Amino acid sequence: MTIQFNDETFYDDFTFRNSERAIRRFPFPFHEDSYMYSVNLEPHLSLRPGSVYEKTFDVDEHYVSEMRDRARVLSDDPLRCQSLPHMTLAGWDLLELIMVEKAKDYPDLFELHRAGDRWHWINKPLGIEQKFTFLDETTLPCGPMEYITRQAQGDFALLDHRDDNLWMDAGMVTTQADWSLDFDIGMNFYEWHAPVPKAHELGVFQRALKFLLNLQQGAPVRRLNWTMTVNPLLDTSPENYHKWGVQKTSVTSENVGSKYHLRVELQTLFRLPRSNALAFPIRCYLIRLEDLVTVPKWGRRLHRVLRDLPEELATYKGFIRNRPMIVGYLSQFDDGAETSPGIWPD
Amino acid sequence: MPRFQFPKSIQSRPVYGTLTARAGTSHLMLADAEGADALVDLAASATELMARAHVIYIPKATGATYTERLRALKPAQLYVGPSLDAALPRLRKALADAHMGLQIYLAGTEGLIGQAMQEAIAAGYPASAIQTEHRGSVARRVQCVHCKGITEDVETTPFVCSHCGLNLFVRDHYSRRLAAFQGVRVDAEDPGEVPVSEGLYQ
Repeated sequence: MTIQFNDETFYDDFTFRNSERAIRRFPFPFHEDSYMYSVNLEPHLSLRPGSVYEKTFDVDEHYVSEMRDRARVLSDDPLRCQSLPHMTLAGWDLLELIMVEKAKDYPDLFELHRAGDRWHWINKPLGIEQKFTFLDETTLPCGPMEYITRQAQGDFALLDHRDDNLWMDAGMVTTQADWSLDFDIGMNFYEWHAPVPKAHELGVFQRALKFLLNLQQGAPVRRLNWTMTVNPLLDTSPENYHKWGVQKTSVTSENVGSKYHLRVELQTLFRLPRSNALAFPIRCYLIRLEDLVTVPKWGRRLHRVLRDLPEELATYKGFIRNRPMIVGYLSQFDDGAETSPGIWPD
Repeated sequence: MPRFQFPKSIQSRPVYGTLTARAGTSHLMLADAEGADALVDLAASATELMARAHVIYIPKATGATYTERLRALKPAQLYVGPSLDAALPRLRKALADAHMGLQIYLAGTEGLIGQAMQEAIAAGYPASAIQTEHRGSVARRVQCVHCKGITEDVETTPFVCSHCGLNLFVRDHYSRRLAAFQGVRVDAEDPGEVPVSEGLYQ
């Protein structure tokens, strides 16, 4: 296989590591030295060979270990995967999208053979082979959304389109930046974004919703979102916040570079053909600060962004208490030199 | 009793109106405690409504304060019950038996309004056929995001989860599916450092 998969953990001993290659292809989210919310949607077109934007669904060195982590989280809390009764068809749409795209983009890792509604799926990295009948739930070990998202990195939400709004009516959520699917399932676009500060006043959600309601099949879009996470913990859920929250107090000026991670979500949106729902994959990438600063432009820029971020956003993103330490650490890597436009390393 | 003016809040938080009489084949009215006042006001504005009204009332701590006033409105059916849980089978039957043109009126605490709304929507009623008016206590029904247990009539933040015992602060984030606000451990980052409890809306 072309990708060497890591054997690593995202909890307890946190053996997660990024290779040199993974660091260079990290989706750095800041195209300039400051940050404020914006709609920032762009077509999800293939970009730069080797980058996380090249394939429809990026598969990287963390794939196998991330899927193991998902199974662990689901076993502890099955409510992380839920689908309201009317969303099964959208689940099949999602299964088709992921299988078709992965088989096309990674033929050495995934195969999909179709004869009418008789499908044969082979997932080599996870050692899975499944023959099933498309649109017949009884031929899969679980529902179609759960089946395929146990084999795909990142969280997934399925959004029903009705009453000129989008309703989060199904999802697989185990790598989230502190939001609860169990609480938010059934909410519309404005409701599930309600806790986000400032963006409502800026009109961000009105414009984003208007845009997304017009999303066409075959023309997916993407955007990046970000936050900061102590330890490479994929499951920063509110459900477990009473367990992981305390890790924020383990940061010192000595270990801040290895403890703190920039957490970036590559969010993509696809119109689905049968259900007319939207698929909303939210893929999480983590990078520790000491790895990030090996790209000099990123070190300089992240320092400036975090230093100047409005207090309300630093609070919402959950790192206000440690911001002085993070900014202090990053300042060593900011010589004041000008940074080039755009997200790519120089 | 003066009506409470809720401060402006986030978009998942429900907003309540004032009950007004609507044309309908029948009228289902559900209230708890001071919510009875809203039904009395409604009946005063449209006396003909009550002849086709089914009133379900949960007095809670108000005891007998409102029951005679409700009886004096001469509703077609009046039920006074000890708790919403006890009234649920009756509510579900009423929703299942109703015909086209039913109007639904909910009045009282947020917990009652939210749960009755849940039942009505689950039974297939469009939100447009349901009116709500808040009266009385501003206590909230809160789900603990950690253990998933729901605590009724929460008057302070933080409060102690009645299921798992964690100290939870009460968010404004609200789920209509659960008819509950969200409670999150307040001392997760500094275990044991629990701020002094304050009444909601102080």
